[in-house]
Amino acid sequence: LDAEQLSRWQFAFTASFHFIFPPLAMGLGLMLIAIGIAYVRTGDPKWRQLAFFWTQVYGLIFALGVATGVVQEFEFGLNWAGYSRFVGNVFGSLLAAEGVFAFFLEGGFLGLMLFGGNRLGPKLWLGATSVVVFAAHFSAIWIVMANSWMQTPDGYKLVTSGGANRAEMTDFLDVMFTPSFLPHILHIFVASWLAGSALVLSVSAWYILRNRHFELARAGLRIAMPVFAVLAVLQVAVFGANQAVSVTNHQEVKLAAIEGLWNDQDCAPLYLFGWVNESAQTTKGVSIPCLLSFLSYGSTDSTVKGLNSFDQDTWAPVNLSFQAYHLMIDIAMLLALIGVVGAALYYWKSKLFRLRSALWALVITVVLSELAITSGWWTTEVGRQPWVVWNLLRTEDGVSTTLSTGMVASSLAMFILLYAILLGLFLYLLNAKIQRGPSPLEEVEAAPVSSLPDSLRDIFRRHGPMTNEPAAQPAETPPDEVKP
Amino acid sequence: MSLNEVWFVLFAMIIGGYLILDGFDFGVGIVHLIAARTDTERRLMLSSIGPVWDGNEVWIVLGGGVLFGAFPLVYAALFSGFYVAFVLVLLALILRTVAIEFRSKHQGGRWRLSWDVVFALASAALPFLFGVAFGNILAGVDLDEQGNVHESFIDLLNPYALLIGLTAIAMFALHGLVFLTMKTEEELEARVRSLIPRAMLIFFTLTTVSVVATAVFQDQVSDRFLSDYWPFVFPATAFVAFLTCVRMVRAGQDFLAFVASSATVGLLLASGGAGMYPNLLISSRSESFNLTIDNAASASNTLEVMLVVAVIGMPLVLLYTSGVYYFFRGKTSLGPDSY
Repeated sequence: LDAEQLSRWQFAFTASFHFIFPPLAMGLGLMLIAIGIAYVRTGDPKWRQLAFFWTQVYGLIFALGVATGVVQEFEFGLNWAGYSRFVGNVFGSLLAAEGVFAFFLEGGFLGLMLFGGNRLGPKLWLGATSVVVFAAHFSAIWIVMANSWMQTPDGYKLVTSGGANRAEMTDFLDVMFTPSFLPHILHIFVASWLAGSALVLSVSAWYILRNRHFELARAGLRIAMPVFAVLAVLQVAVFGANQAVSVTNHQEVKLAAIEGLWNDQDCAPLYLFGWVNESAQTTKGVSIPCLLSFLSYGSTDSTVKGLNSFDQDTWAPVNLSFQAYHLMIDIAMLLALIGVVGAALYYWKSKLFRLRSALWALVITVVLSELAITSGWWTTEVGRQPWVVWNLLRTEDGVSTTLSTGMVASSLAMFILLYAILLGLFLYLLNAKIQRGPSPLEEVEAAPVSSLPDSLRDIFRRHGPMTNEPAAQPAETPPDEVKP
Repeated sequence: MSLNEVWFVLFAMIIGGYLILDGFDFGVGIVHLIAARTDTERRLMLSSIGPVWDGNEVWIVLGGGVLFGAFPLVYAALFSGFYVAFVLVLLALILRTVAIEFRSKHQGGRWRLSWDVVFALASAALPFLFGVAFGNILAGVDLDEQGNVHESFIDLLNPYALLIGLTAIAMFALHGLVFLTMKTEEELEARVRSLIPRAMLIFFTLTTVSVVATAVFQDQVSDRFLSDYWPFVFPATAFVAFLTCVRMVRAGQDFLAFVASSATVGLLLASGGAGMYPNLLISSRSESFNLTIDNAASASNTLEVMLVVAVIGMPLVLLYTSGVYYFFRGKTSLGPDSY
């Protein structure tokens, strides 16, 4: 192992770990908006209780997402100086735009969302939450734009200066909307919403199994079950399939690698699972005949190009990308099955509540969703190898040349240790939070709803120091403070 | 002003925004163990930055993105060249986040004390590392023709850089204390106020030594000041801002004292920036290897696009950031959702 290999592993490890959290946050955010809307519409305090509970979980997820996200941004320069010089014109501006447009919005309004439960009325809290969730999605849009540019670069010209190439932007719109962007972002959004609804589903099903917080768990299911079922089916049938078509159209050699297809083939099969022997150039496993041709080109007798039609030095690690891809597909199909059966049982005389095995299946959906997301990420990134920027820059040419093996080995060891601790703490606190359950109503309703400002006008009237109205409260002491 | 000059100034302003805003978070952390004694007091300290520290940290993320986009060669040279230092920055940033988030999520004296210590150490480590990095940037680094920096972490810990690192700790400790005067009450407030004179003395002494050391040992910076005299505006106004801060603290004008303290931080950074201009990274090998706002920048196309983004985005950022600060203004108290 040299500094380059270790840098690859470090980036893969830190990115995979980071990528646990943002999708979960986006999806849970969507659930929180649904809960908030239900609260605003019905005024039923159980929704407020539920919102409180999930907001605290959101805070935990968000904190880890931010902490590990900064690492990603720094790592481009730390380990991939060659890459940074090559893409800076293009990639850096997308990162900067992400910061200006999305991160500030998210970071700024997060405080209102997390600490506003007893300071803001239902509508304002819903407003703040919606802004945070919108910003999280907006942030994903920018970073996926950047990633899509690395998959299908467009809107640039190559310039040589000082003996080194670099990509200079010629058209910002082309850079933003490269051909792979739209399928990519839709696939990721749906995966994130699935993960978020799966989280609510898992915890709610677990409460029902344990016969605790029954009312709240039912409320959680009511929101998460239909969302999960519909999205899980759509992900397989529409968005995932669409992403595969995008790979077919723009990255043929990647398609061949992730499917383990060695030679050109008419009526190419889609594997369900299998094993690739790279030295013998064979792929064995269980497959559905002709499905790959059909999914890729819309007709069962189309020819799909095999790896041998491309230079060997443009092949991704075949078995690794094959396994990542098929793990994702298999889990996605399983999730769709759980979703359909779960929803059917739920709507069919609420049989779900009495069927323990079905509830247990719901409990594991969050783990499955996360696994699918991670393996999907590996598919797209490992499948892009040996390129870091498709057909333009090889990963080995992007590495920082000044790093010693020892430096990267120590930083990788540090990140592994640090992230193991983080994951341990995260799971410990998440578990503690779930075991404890939603806070009792009297704690949640520390401030009566009627006393909270619920429009921008209220904020300035109630809290504003300029007001002459007798009803105004002194600004320094919001009415809801409880000193433990 | 050329586009490149605009981006040099904007980048400096973003770093300034980061140091002023996250700077008081550092400061609260640095004095956390000294100023707050009881569990309630420590929760109050954390809650004083609770709703804003996350947003403050975004400024460094933006700074990284802007450096990457506007001056990619500097971004590449600096981060790969200061590898160990920046990995330690990441370690401290993560540990600080974890300490703030996890400390109060669990009862138990030892759990909470451990995270309090982590919070304090990480909060001191960040300005120290940034100070050390800045010290080396001012002093110049072993930068080759390809724009690669050849410095080991031990090389970075030279006496001058260490001095700047310590000065940074002192500066943010003071900045955090001034911030806390607005946020605390009763005993905690009294203790915070009693620490301020000492913090001012230490900060003033270290800053004076740093300024003298820079003038004497860093010729590339002092030449810059002496060649056109206008850069002297920055250290001079920084001094005035500091005196104003002293006066305002005495007068009990806490908000104005905080404004003055923020101005001191920003103007000291501007002094360093003016001393560097138009270089972004100075090579100790040869002046011709210096990375400047011209030879290290992205093409004008990119700089234009980024300027449009900044012109649309930054006013909005400032607007709602002020809104959030306004909403959470005043003394901190603990509620059911506090840290």
